[in-house]
Order: sequence, then C-alpha cells, then structure tokens
Amino acid sequence: MGGFPILSTMILVPLIGAIICLFLEAKAARSVALVITLINLALGIVLWLNYDIGGAQWQFAERADLFAGFQYALGIDGIALMLIMLSVFLMPICIGASWEAIKTRVGEYMAAFLLMETLMIGTFAAQDIFLFYIFFEAGLIPMYLIIGIWGGDNRIYASYKFFLYTLLGSVLMLIAMFWMVNVAGTSSIAALMQYDFAPEAQTWLWLAFFASFAVKMPMWPVHTWLPDAHVQAPTAGSVILAGVLLKLGGYGFIRFSLPMFPEASAQFAWLVFALSMIAVVVTSLIALVQHDMKKLIAYSSVAHMAIVTVGLFSFNVQGLEGSMIVMLSHGLVSGALFLCVGVIYDRLHTREIDRYGGLSINMPAYATLFLLFTMASIGLPGTSGFVGEFLSLAGIYQVSSTVAFVCTTGIILGAGYMLYLYRRVAFGEQKNADAAAMPDLTMREYALLTPIAAVVLWMGIYPESFLAPMRADIAALDARLARAAPAGDAMISFGEPVVDEAVIEEAPTTPDAAVEEAQ
Amino acid sequence: MDYAASFALIAPELVLTIAGLGLLLICAWGGDKSAKLVSILACVALGGAFALVAPVVCSGASGPDTLAFGGLFAADAFAGFAKLLIFAASGAALVVAPRYFEKVATMRPEFAVLVVFAALGMSIMVSATNLITLYMGLELNSLAAYVLAAFLRNDERSGEAGLKYFVLGALASGILLYGMSLIYGFTGTVSFDGIHAALSSGLSTGALFGLIFVLAGLAFKISAVPFHMWTPDVYEGAPTPVTAFFASAPKVAAIALTARVAVEAFGSQVDAWRQVLIFAALASIVVGALGAIGQSNIKRLLAYSSINNVGFILIGLAAASVAGVSAMLVYLSIYVAMTIGSFVAVLMLRSEDGSYLDSIDDLAGLSTTRPVLAWCLMALMFSLAGIPPLFGFWGKFVVFQAAVEADLIWLAALGIAASVIGAFYYLKIVKVMFFDAPAGRATGNADTAHWALLAIATIFISPLGYAINGWLGWLADMAASGLFPAV
Repeated sequence: MGGFPILSTMILVPLIGAIICLFLEAKAARSVALVITLINLALGIVLWLNYDIGGAQWQFAERADLFAGFQYALGIDGIALMLIMLSVFLMPICIGASWEAIKTRVGEYMAAFLLMETLMIGTFAAQDIFLFYIFFEAGLIPMYLIIGIWGGDNRIYASYKFFLYTLLGSVLMLIAMFWMVNVAGTSSIAALMQYDFAPEAQTWLWLAFFASFAVKMPMWPVHTWLPDAHVQAPTAGSVILAGVLLKLGGYGFIRFSLPMFPEASAQFAWLVFALSMIAVVVTSLIALVQHDMKKLIAYSSVAHMAIVTVGLFSFNVQGLEGSMIVMLSHGLVSGALFLCVGVIYDRLHTREIDRYGGLSINMPAYATLFLLFTMASIGLPGTSGFVGEFLSLAGIYQVSSTVAFVCTTGIILGAGYMLYLYRRVAFGEQKNADAAAMPDLTMREYALLTPIAAVVLWMGIYPESFLAPMRADIAALDARLARAAPAGDAMISFGEPVVDEAVIEEAPTTPDAAVEEAQ
Repeated sequence: MDYAASFALIAPELVLTIAGLGLLLICAWGGDKSAKLVSILACVALGGAFALVAPVVCSGASGPDTLAFGGLFAADAFAGFAKLLIFAASGAALVVAPRYFEKVATMRPEFAVLVVFAALGMSIMVSATNLITLYMGLELNSLAAYVLAAFLRNDERSGEAGLKYFVLGALASGILLYGMSLIYGFTGTVSFDGIHAALSSGLSTGALFGLIFVLAGLAFKISAVPFHMWTPDVYEGAPTPVTAFFASAPKVAAIALTARVAVEAFGSQVDAWRQVLIFAALASIVVGALGAIGQSNIKRLLAYSSINNVGFILIGLAAASVAGVSAMLVYLSIYVAMTIGSFVAVLMLRSEDGSYLDSIDDLAGLSTTRPVLAWCLMALMFSLAGIPPLFGFWGKFVVFQAAVEADLIWLAALGIAASVIGAFYYLKIVKVMFFDAPAGRATGNADTAHWALLAIATIFISPLGYAINGWLGWLADMAASGLFPAV
C-alpha cells in the first residue's frame, strides 16, 4: 500500500461528507451520503485486498505523537479488518434504507449517520487506548440524536436510556485505562496487550472494562436499553445499532479484556457463562411472546450476543473464531431482518405482528428473502449463522458441557420464535385487506437486501474467506490465554491418544527409595 | 528589591488601577452618555493588562524574581495563567453587557468600572503570597461583585440577588478572617512561605481549625458544596451578563487562590486539607448534578452546572501534584470557554420584541427555528457533560488522570460515576432543543458581538480545540510546576 494513509482516509471521508450534508437540502444530502458511503466501501475493499494474510500483526499502521503522551495511532489486525468491512458494507445499505422513510431534517440525519461511520471505523482502527475511548464514546452523540429526533413515539425515553446506560458503563472503563497507562507506561494497545498486569489488579480492571462492554454487548441484565432503543430507532438506526454498535462490546472483550487480563478473564468466566446462559434462555423466551416485530428481533440479538460471549470466554480457538463469525453473521442477519421489518413498516406503518399475515401470497420475493434471513438467524447449515454458532458451541463444549447444553437450548428456542414470527407474518391467511394489498419489493429494496443475502450465503458456504484474515490473530490470542485457560470438563482431545504425564508414576527401584520418597 | 522592579512586576494591576480610577472620573462627568466610551476603554485596559501578563505566562516565570514588595505579591506564571483567563472572561462580560442593559434598563457606565475593579481584585487575589494581600484582593473583588449583582436597581430579583450575595459573602469573609487570625496566632506569620515553614514541623489543633476556616471561606467563594446555597439564587437574580461574569472570572480567581493557599501555605500538611477537598469535590459533583435536574430556569441550571464543574476542578487540586494543578488550570480554561459560551447563548435567546428569555421551555424546538444557535448550544452542553470528542472531555480527562496518578482511584471512580448523573440534565437541554416541538418563542435576532463570542467559545470547545491542546498543556504545566517548590 506504500505510505498511503488509507485508514485515516476512511475516517476522514465520512467526516467531510457529514459536514457537507449538514448544509444540503434533502435530495442532495441523500445522494452525497450514498456516494460517500460507497467510496468508503470501495476503500474498504481495497483495504481487504491489500491486507497481507499471515503478514505483520498490525498492518496499515499510522502514528503521530500528539500532546501529553497522547498518540494518534491507527492500525488493524484481521479482527478489526473484518469489523471495519462489516461497517462499511452496512453503511450504504443504511443510507438506502432511509431513502424514503426519512422525510424531515434529512441533511442532519445523513450527517449523523456519516459521523457514526467515522467513529465506528475509528474505534476499530485505534491503536491508542485513549483514542479508542474517544471514538468509542463519541458514538453516543449521533446515536442519541438519531434515536431522539427520528425515532418512534417513545423515543425520548429510549434515547435517555441508551445514553445514560452506555455512559455509565464507559466512564468506569476510563478510570481503569488511566490506571493501566500509569502502571504500564504506555497507551499503545499493542503494547498493553503484551503487558502482564498483576493478577489482583486485573480483577478490578476486568470488572471496570466489563461494566462498559457488558452494557454495549448487551448482556443480561443490563440489556434493557436495547429493545427500547431498537423499537424507537428508525430502521437504519436499528440496522447500525444491531449491525455494528453491538459488535463494539464483543470487540472490546477480544481486544482488551481477554488479552490484557487473561487471569481475571479466567477467574470471571463463570460470571460470563452464568449471565450468558440466563440471557440465552430468558431473552429467547421473552422473544417468543413479543407482538412487536422489532422487539422480537432485538431480544433475539441479546440471545445471539450471549453465544458470542460464551464463545469468547471458552479460551480456545474454535470458540474465539466462532464468536467472531457469530458477530459478523449477526451484524448482517439482524441488520437484514430489521430491513425486512422496515420494508413492511414503510407500507403499513405498524410493527404489530398480528396486523400482517399471508404476505407470501402478495409479496413472494419479500417472503423468500425474509425466509433466508430467518433461517440464517436460526443457524441453518449453509448460512452464516450455522458456521458461527457451531464453532462457538464446539468451543464452549470443551470447557463446560453444561454451558454448551444450555446455550444449545437457546438455539432451539431461537428456531421457535423465528419460525413462529415467520409463520404469522408470511404464511396463513391474509387477515387484513391493507396488508394483502401491499406491493412486493421495489428495486431499491432489492438492492438493499440481495447484497446481504449474497454475503450471508457466502459466509455460510465458504467461511474460510472470513476466517483466514483473523486466523493468525486468534491463534496469538489463544496462545496468550493458554496460561490462564481453565480446565474443561469435557476432556476432548484430538490426534493420537496419549497417556497423561501426571498419571505415569515412576516405579520405585528399591523399597528404601520408596520410603525415602514418602518422607 | 527596589521599588522600580516591584512596580514593573505589578504593571498589569497598575494599568487596571489607573484605568479604573480614570474611567470613574469619566463616568462622574460624562453621565450615562459616556457608557459606550467607558466600556470600550475598559476593554482596552483589560486588553492591555492581558498583553502585559502574556509574556510572563509564556516564559514560565517563577521563583524569587517574581516576588514584589518584599514577598507580598507574586507575578509568576501560575498567577499569570489565571489572570489571562480572568481578563478574557471580564472582557467578554463587557462585550455582551451593553446590548442587554440597553434593552432591560439603561446602560450605565459604572458597570464597566465595576468590572475593571473586580478584575483588579481578582488579579491581586491570584498573586497573593500573603494572607493580607489575599484578603485585600478578595474584598476588592467581592465589593465590586455585590454591586454588580444588584446592578438592575429597579428589578426586585436583582436587588435580592445583591443582598443575598452581600450577606452571605460577608459571612464567608468573616469566616475566612477568623481562620486567618487563627493561622497567624498559631504560626506567627501571615506570609505563605512562613506558614509553610511553621507547619512543616506539625499541625497544632488551633492551626488545623484555622486551616479549615480558611478553606471554608474560600469554598464559599468558589461555591463548593456545602457552601453553595447562594449560587443558584444569585445567578438567577443577577442580570445575565453579570451572571456570565460571576460564573467565569471569580471562579477562576477563587480556585487559583485556593490552589495557591493549599499548595504554598499548607503544602506541608497535604493530608489535612486533601480530605476536606475530596469531600467538597464529591459533594459538589453530586449536589450540582442532582440539584440541576429539577430546574426550569436555564440560569439556575447553569448555576448548578458550575457547582458540578467546581467539583471536578477540585479533584485536580486534591491530587496535590504538578499534574493535578496543571489539570486544574486546563480544566479552568475549558470551563471558562464553556461557561461564557453557554451564557452568551442564553443571552441570544430573545423573543420577537427583543426581550430576554431564560426558561428551559423557551428552548423547545430551537433546532428548527434557530439551528445554528441550537447546534452551538448542543456542542456546549455535550462538552459540559464531558462527552468526547468535545473539548470538555479533555478537561475531565486530565483531571481524572492526575487523580489516578496520585493514587486517588476511588475518588476518581466515584467522581466519574457521578458525572453520569450530570449528563442527564445536559441531555435534557439537548432534548428540549432537538426533540420537542417548536415553541416558537425564541425567534428574535442577536447582534454580531454575541455571535462572535459564541463562535469563539464553540470553536474552542469543539474538537478543533485539541489543536491548541499541546500548547495549553505546556503552559499549564509550566505554571503549575512554578507553584511547587523544586525538588
């Protein structure tokens, strides 16, 4: 790539676009936003093509020393690359989804979304812990405005809840960061990932980071902001929230909590497992009884994210890889599901499941794509969901068969609520005349949904494309975690059977020697 | 040291004194007609004083060369840094005032004179290295401030504000004087260096009482909890330009003075005053945050916001380190910009006929009726809440960093957790402006001077502020390190 600062360019392009959009009227703002996000998608593809798999751990590094030991340092590894790709892929789709749905204050809306894109890419690319924090936290402002200005009826409550929950989580993390930088003497993330903090300090640091990432993730019981925010946000807001913002929590665990505090991570794995098990079962059951489509998908997000957390804390390669794939897959699939809800919401202006029915008759193309995403959400083989969930559960099975068992019930319940949703919306008889009269997908909606469908199938059939860039980084993380990895209860081992060293006892040569040894 | 050198060191104060006295004469002869001229000349005088102080700050002056009149007065970089902020804030108050007073009553020239004298008093305060100098500066500032609070003499609320401020201020001065007399009685000296030396062998009970009384008196001046009760009433009642002035310049002066007293005079007994400051800091953050929630008047809300901010500033001081004092100065600079910006924005809220609005409900839907003003105010609010990437975040950042480096992790954790409560009411203002249906009340225009000040403040606290951050931090570090004896 030579010396071209591609990451800075990707951060800067949407920022400039945001400023331009602020001063444009509706029509021009839409076009500018779309062009900008497509430029960034193109840059993202260039980034991926130039990423040297198996090369240096941190690529495309940029660095400039600023005031007070503070650095503008960027650089990505395979994990960040994949999440950046997810962001730049979803952004044009979000702009497209808002094309007709947003009619008021379009310029400001587009500016807020482009600003979000800047901040998300910045979060994933930051190599300085404080720079990460600034990007991580700044995302609150545009998201607060997106929910609050363009959201549904109860948007104000939802926007407050979103803002204050996530802020409270993050500020404790900031204090922990100060402490770490003070002790380790560096604010470089790469260096901190290699630094060994004292195990007793790790406990506190881990908890502070956990407070932030658990809220972002979101984990049970601090997940309650999510359904409110999702339901009240406009469609594109939900897509970006589910698609990328939730990934910040998982990214935080994989970038900070696990490599920086391996001992504390092992120490608290039980907590993560317990919360995740509760989340999988409880939120799946809650999803089963929802009347509001968006709420249902929001609760299913919490359940999927719980699979991510158990996978991350399984301390082995399968679990970590599985978690990453679940995150990517969930970003695509739940985003697509929110778009599917948006499609019919734009026509009938209700998210009430009972108002629909038999859509497969008058909207066959819609029903087909919706079915594909439903199946991907359930984890049908051949879709991206299967790969991720299978790997995560395989990973966790090696640590605790009980956790694996409980989480698997979540998958079954997931099939339950998703199929139930699909049956009520797409099958059955056409109960309402207005729902029955809805036209099928427009060209714009095709253009939004088919790329996601293609990637979902690609990831399901040939996940290697997505796993390959991350392999070396996950292996490095696994090696880092090895010293703290808890012993599993499943006792699976691969390859040639060997006798455990500890079982072999040296036969005493003489009775005297045995007596001496006993003493 | 001869007198000529001493006079050279107090040149900014001399400029202000002569300007104040001269302008007073112009007022006496010129009457109300001279208001504009006096305001302009006062601004020039403040600008001149600013220009005289700037080199001191940039050169990072400290040590015996900066002491004037046999150690009564220090013109060092620390004082200089505070003076720059004080003069800038006073100048801003002068710029916004005429338009306001012309609308509400008549613009009388004494306003500018009083501001100049208040600035002079503050300038003496921050340079004080002696309890007597301290008290002189403090009273000069306070007496001018009492009159300023009651400046709208036909307005009941303004009069009430002035009276409340005077009665409680006099009480606080009494407490401070009593503390000073105890300190003098138990250490036998009024100079900060002397007190430092006398207390380094140990802190007697009497001196401890003196220390507590002095800190309580100063806490009143910086409106730290539990001595904050006057703030909302005075801020609400006083004319808005005066409130903008109160919330910025005297805060800087009183906090800088507190830092100097704590570090220079009581620097050998850090543990004695640190716990007081920790309590005041946490209490200010919490009370400032909780008190603001129920407010419907934006000036009252900003009063609580200033109490809240003082808490964060005191955390920097509680660290009792160079980094802590430097963080405090950086925070103060950002705070002054945010406060002036917010009050200027409030001054720009005018109805169609030009009268001033100060209720939060009047802000409803401002983002559609006056979008630029609403966006600026939103940036200021998020900055006050300390959300990155706005510059207000950096103030909190350095303060908490200093606290963690000084091993005050619990203080930092509690303080930052309480800041989330504060975020709530800043969000409320953004919510009213952006999410609510337009009330259509704040439709009047504002003049260029207001726009210019608002633009400067907003650019300063926007992410562009980080551009000058290296320079700001460098100045603050130099100023702060001069305060601590070289080790």
